[in-house]
Amino acid sequence: MADIVVKTEDVVKEYRMGSNVLRALNGINIEINRGEYISLMGPSGSGKSTLFNMIGALDRPTEGQVYIDGQNMSKLSQRQIAAFRCHRVGYIFQSYNLLHVRSAHGNVTLPMIFAGISEKQRNEKAEKLLDMVGLGDRIYHLPDELSGGQRQRVAIARALANDPSIILADEPTANLDTITGREIIDLIKELNIEQGVTVISATHDLKMLDVSDRIVDIRDGLVERVRNRDEIEIEIGEVGSE
Amino acid sequence: MNQKTPIEEQIDLPFVESLRISFQSLKIRFGRSIITTAGITLGIAFLVSVWTNNEIDLALQESGRQSTINTFEEAPEQGISTKDIWLIIMSLIVCVVGIANSMLMAVTERFREIGTMKCLGALDGFVVRLFLLESGFQGFSGALIGAFIGTLGAVLLGLKNYGLDLFFYFPLLPAQPETGTMQLGVIIIIFLGCILGMILAVIGSSFPAWRAAKLPPAEAMRTEV
Repeated sequence: MADIVVKTEDVVKEYRMGSNVLRALNGINIEINRGEYISLMGPSGSGKSTLFNMIGALDRPTEGQVYIDGQNMSKLSQRQIAAFRCHRVGYIFQSYNLLHVRSAHGNVTLPMIFAGISEKQRNEKAEKLLDMVGLGDRIYHLPDELSGGQRQRVAIARALANDPSIILADEPTANLDTITGREIIDLIKELNIEQGVTVISATHDLKMLDVSDRIVDIRDGLVERVRNRDEIEIEIGEVGSE
Repeated sequence: MNQKTPIEEQIDLPFVESLRISFQSLKIRFGRSIITTAGITLGIAFLVSVWTNNEIDLALQESGRQSTINTFEEAPEQGISTKDIWLIIMSLIVCVVGIANSMLMAVTERFREIGTMKCLGALDGFVVRLFLLESGFQGFSGALIGAFIGTLGAVLLGLKNYGLDLFFYFPLLPAQPETGTMQLGVIIIIFLGCILGMILAVIGSSFPAWRAAKLPPAEAMRTEV
């Protein structure tokens, strides 16, 4: 039997905008296995980012349940949710969401501060992680002094700070050029293969689909279909080609 | 790495760690901190100058001195006048609104940062404590500078009005004249100004920080200013 790490049951999310109610998720049911690389695919407004927020405990569903490691997220206390975000999940965002007043090192150490890790240990680990993502020579640079790709690398290092079992990546390549995007995808895939991290990514990027184990198509707040990688054909053009 | 253990509870950070992060934050955004603090300084300077000026007038009138520049028609009434009360109330309102506005803006532009910190495992209480420490420090230092600027302004105006007599009758300490209004004294006014500045700064920042900390991170990060 597959080891299910994430399971959603009839997840509905509604947003109230004045007197209007927007139903972003319409009853989502998915199961994600441990160690899988999953891509949530869909056009803008399809609900993939909303689903991403639900799985990562960044927002609460209006109806339905989200289970992580068999635990119902709606039953967790505030402290448990904070610990979940701190230890179990690493988030990577489209707009990096780095704290611009903290250096690359300061950004990577922050989740470790919240986890109560000693200063010596967190300094060592931050250096190791930044070195791993290829920023060993830019440890003390502020995010404003780094390129988009370098910022996303800092975000990846930060996401790995507390050895999470799940990486949630919301359009991680959307603000990057093709080559840098490819490098970021390779880095995430490497983590997936070498460290067995489950990767859940909301994306438009065909290059990300290429490395996925399964692709979940989301449309109008519903799972339209789930495909295995070998069921789809992707041709990724070279830079500059049509 | 692939654990399937029950989700533990998040730990509280030691106070020293919060203090360190809040001071680091003030230091790094020094320019922005100065602008916010200047808002507090100006508000308190205005309040303290009006209040101290009023105390100087009261003290000097009590001693029988008249302003050297007031003509007979403009001679001030004895005791605290309705105009003075209004002026103090108005300066208090300007001070409250100014400080609340400075702090509110300073916190609102950091909603995204609050959301991000929560994504990384910060507890709501930690976020609020961070802003409480930052704003308490900004409030106190800004108000202290403002109180001295305000007092200096009132002293200069007093010198212009009463000459060197001002120093003989300077209302430094509280006094209760046999007749007339109770005088608080400049020391108490400076003290009250500092406390008021700090309280207003802390309320002005902690309330929006608390609201942002209570939001789900996704919502806090969506907030655009």
